[in-house]
Amino acid sequence: MTKAPGGVLAAYRHVDAAVDAIRRLKEMGQRDVTVYTPVPNHEIAQAVGHPASPVRVWTLVGGLTGCFTGFAMSLWMSYDYPVVVGGKPLGSVLPYVVIGFELTILFGALATIMGLIVHAVLGYRPAAYDPRFTDDHIGLFVPCPVERRPQVEQVLKSTGAVDVRVET
Amino acid sequence: MATLTEPHAPTHVARPTYGEITRDVAATLGHPGRSYYVLLGIVLFVLACGIGALLYQIKLGLGVAGYQPPVMWAVYITDFVFWVGIAHCGTLISAILYLFRSAWRTAVYRTAEAMTVFAVMTAGLFPVVHLGRLWYAYWLFPYPNQRQLWPNFKSPLLWDVFAVSTYFTVSTLFLIVGLVPDVASIRDRAAGWRQKLYRITSLGWRGTDVQWRHYTRAYLYLAALATPLVLSVHSVVSWDFAMSIVPGWHTTIFAPYFVAGAIYSGCAMVVTLLVPLRSVFKLERYIHEEHFDNLGKVILLTGTIVGYAYFVEYFIAWYSGSSFEREAFWFRAFGSYWWATWTMIICNAFLSQLLWFPKIRRSIPSMFVISLFVNLGMWFERFVIIVVSLSHEFEPFAMDHYTPRWVDWTITAGSFAWFFMWFLLFAKNFPTVSLTEVKEIIPMPRKGAARS
Repeated sequence: MTKAPGGVLAAYRHVDAAVDAIRRLKEMGQRDVTVYTPVPNHEIAQAVGHPASPVRVWTLVGGLTGCFTGFAMSLWMSYDYPVVVGGKPLGSVLPYVVIGFELTILFGALATIMGLIVHAVLGYRPAAYDPRFTDDHIGLFVPCPVERRPQVEQVLKSTGAVDVRVET
Repeated sequence: MATLTEPHAPTHVARPTYGEITRDVAATLGHPGRSYYVLLGIVLFVLACGIGALLYQIKLGLGVAGYQPPVMWAVYITDFVFWVGIAHCGTLISAILYLFRSAWRTAVYRTAEAMTVFAVMTAGLFPVVHLGRLWYAYWLFPYPNQRQLWPNFKSPLLWDVFAVSTYFTVSTLFLIVGLVPDVASIRDRAAGWRQKLYRITSLGWRGTDVQWRHYTRAYLYLAALATPLVLSVHSVVSWDFAMSIVPGWHTTIFAPYFVAGAIYSGCAMVVTLLVPLRSVFKLERYIHEEHFDNLGKVILLTGTIVGYAYFVEYFIAWYSGSSFEREAFWFRAFGSYWWATWTMIICNAFLSQLLWFPKIRRSIPSMFVISLFVNLGMWFERFVIIVVSLSHEFEPFAMDHYTPRWVDWTITAGSFAWFFMWFLLFAKNFPTVSLTEVKEIIPMPRKGAARS
């Protein structure tokens, strides 16, 4: 992992306090705040204000690709190695629905995972961290130059952070 | 009604705090005590016996398993359908109940989901065990080959390959994705080689706003994909039978009948696993009567559907006027396999009706005993459908009686050992209760008027 930039790291116990801090920092024009929570939280997500996750596009594209692959593969293979079974047409679409369906799910799920890895793991933004954030604390990391740190620290403390420290 | 209590809120236990949840779940890892190792030793011994029996069968051929015409599908296919069925409850709890936003699932879903993965891993062995030359199992997959052959996509057996391998892949991914935030939390508290293991398996998870944003969406879509998948898998398995013309197999009711039976047996297996799990790993605070009560309701519902399906099968056999159907079903109930049929009917259709009583659903010992009988009954259901139907097809001169041999029983016992081995190893090293989801149903603390 690349080294985190310098800034201020704060730990909160209360969700509304953290939301206040995020709002205040945004008003100050601070954009790239990293918020750590032990569980996903609507209020925090709303305060940070992200648009909808692009993972859904991965799911859709993966699912459609799988559906196409399932039908295309079973039809092409039936004609490429033509054996009449039970007097049915070589390319019988109805039984191939099963293959098309299963590959829709399979490719959809694999693409969702790929999307998740691309956006959440590889799109990782280096930031300071504390192990308490996966337990019961909410973390806020504000990357900022040295001259702005006192002001940010003041905001974090006044909103009720239980612990504030400067990361260099 | 005298008092109104909030649904899903157990009144007899105080709500744990986030910190307590992390500590309690982390405490389940690593030091399970002597009974765990004794159990693991027994399981490994039985597994070794099963592998020995399999090697013996590979050397001498499927005749040692009692295979002879007309019964060429027997205990192995019974085991296959049984284990695929067991898997289904896990996806029901982890995906379908997730979409329904059911709060009680959070404490038990990880166990159920791990059970799904291990049950599919067990089920996947049996089509291979069932092959005479099992080293050719890869012929099932459509891969480019020198002979320019492709598999027959009109065969339900090939649908099964796609359905079961998709199910295995998707349920494994679902389990892993659910584990990531939990493992990250454990990672921050572990030491030594475990910390290294968890650092790798948590994929750098830190719970940032960006990560949660993608994660919650991805989890939702995975659940949405897994929901139709779970219904399709046992339908496809049922078509292995229903697409053929064997009396007793060739019915349209098979898909819903199999899916209900699968969830029925799967929930029973979840109960069977949860009862020892909660006492060995001291999880009584998280897994309690309410969970068994709810699982009991699912078992009651699906058991009733299964009982209805039995009734409809017999009714249609009579109503169809087909003498072969009538003969097949008469043979089931009163022929040489009457004991298997009545075991299945009593365990599945009648015993599950005891769960109408809340006292029985909320009593953990009685749920445990019922779950064992349900598993027994569901194994016999598949045995009856497969073996009894095949042994009594159309031509009287071709009918025969099949008896499982020691090889079948040993390999079946070995499959249980294989399943429990994976589960035991999982339970020792990974959180069997999802600490993230258990935390999620408890509101985060607030500074002002704290909501209890």
